[in-house]
Amino acid sequence: MTTPQETRTRGRRRMIWSAVIILCGALVLPLSGYVYVAINEAIAATSAAEQQQTNPRANYWRAVREGNEGYTAASGPYTTSVLIQNGGQNWRQLRNGPVISTLSWLMALMLLGLGAYYALRGPVKLSPPPSSRTIERWTLNERVLHWYTATLFLILAVTGFSLMLGRALLIPWMGLNGFGAWANFATLIHNYLGPFFIIGVVLEIILWVRQAIPKKVDIEWFKAGGGYFGGHAHPSAEKLNAGEKIFVFWIATVVCGITVSISGVLLDFPNLNFSREALQSANLFHGVSAIIYMTIIFMHMYLGSFGVQGALDAMTSGRVSVEWAKQHHDLWYEEARRQGTLEERPAGRPATRSASE
Amino acid sequence: MARMKFLCDAERCIECNGCVTACKNEHEVPWGVNRRRVVTLDDGVPGEKSISVACMHCTDAPCAAVCPVDCFYTTSDGIVLHNKDLCIGCGYCFYACPFGAPQYPQASAFGVRGKMDKCTFCAGGPEADGSAEEEKKYGRNRIAEGKLPLCAEMCATKALVAGDGDVVADIYRKRVLKRGGRPQTWGWETAYKA
Repeated sequence: MTTPQETRTRGRRRMIWSAVIILCGALVLPLSGYVYVAINEAIAATSAAEQQQTNPRANYWRAVREGNEGYTAASGPYTTSVLIQNGGQNWRQLRNGPVISTLSWLMALMLLGLGAYYALRGPVKLSPPPSSRTIERWTLNERVLHWYTATLFLILAVTGFSLMLGRALLIPWMGLNGFGAWANFATLIHNYLGPFFIIGVVLEIILWVRQAIPKKVDIEWFKAGGGYFGGHAHPSAEKLNAGEKIFVFWIATVVCGITVSISGVLLDFPNLNFSREALQSANLFHGVSAIIYMTIIFMHMYLGSFGVQGALDAMTSGRVSVEWAKQHHDLWYEEARRQGTLEERPAGRPATRSASE
Repeated sequence: MARMKFLCDAERCIECNGCVTACKNEHEVPWGVNRRRVVTLDDGVPGEKSISVACMHCTDAPCAAVCPVDCFYTTSDGIVLHNKDLCIGCGYCFYACPFGAPQYPQASAFGVRGKMDKCTFCAGGPEADGSAEEEKKYGRNRIAEGKLPLCAEMCATKALVAGDGDVVADIYRKRVLKRGGRPQTWGWETAYKA
């Protein structure tokens, strides 16, 4: 039996709990929407993953195509554990395309340009005609170094360009067997003489770097086109004029000489085991720098012989006429005379050591 | 004429190196020179796969494109061969080849490369077929004898298949269909969906 008192209490308690449950439900139940969305998304994600799952075989061939390294039991200096290397195609296209088919025309253009200049304007004449008084321009040591490097350069250029351009230029003329015999010999010469050329380049840089530092007067020289074009008078020049400094020394000897030397060492010594990628880039650097080097040296050879009257004497006898010195290297001549480091002597009299110091 | 092809079935190759050994023995290949090799990716982990690789006898061969002395030629069977008398050992074909096929014996000081050596598809070189001179320079000429490359003939699991490209492709297609189901015929549904 329950008293009316108890019934009332129970009713009140029921009301309170109902209110609490309703309140809580109203707050919490709407949040279940998040659960629904989260579950849906998870289901969608797993089914998508199932659908997009790649074939393990496709992944394998992808790894092969990307040049991934594997394991191989075979061993040898040229046996690689890479199934497909991609660098070779790039190297082949760069070498056969831009380097050989395009850039090598620089050399032909330079020869054509020099030929045209000689035909139109002829050599740069000495004015006034040379007297018998001469000045020492290059010491014996400098001349020996110059001709040592120059001889090696010419041998390396002939053999090297035979290998680079021979297939296009020499095979049609010499035939496969004739060129093959020459190329075998040329490769041998090129590989064995290369390291000796590096010695020449390094010594030349050390010997002439101080004379080759560009100065303000060199900008004027370039503005006047070196006196080679138009009606410009011969611009002032030090012992080395701006063209000799920038083109022959800095671009050819320093930049191209060092590039061709370093890349040449990589290519010349297979026993150092450089990677294929390194050798591919070395070959490109070697070719590009050799072409630029050769182009500049064509100009250098022309200006040092046919192009400028009296210039060759400087590297043969070591002495130039006073008139030549005044015309082509006036600042050097003035400076030397002011300092008294040069004695002007008639040609033919033996040089004394002190004159060169 | 047939267009000769190699095909290595990665599902079958078990990296036994039988092809490498067969090749070395058949052609008396010098030490350190591998005309064929087996490369394993993911070695020792699940999904490991091996492939036997040699010269793939490309139609537009990169080695031939870069050779300074133009010593490569393609036979009427589509086999890429080279002339060792012309070869200067410059190494360019090794730089260019995607598959690392060209090999060089060490000739002399400083590791100077000798005449390039590579897989000939057992077809010798420019000398008269089966002559002693050809065998000395390039190994046996099995193609002239009416035989296929020994590496493929020797393959225990028939993973390495060599011969006329049409026949090789047909053999491989039948294998793929017989294996059936995913993932062997991966892409089939995409390609042939109604």
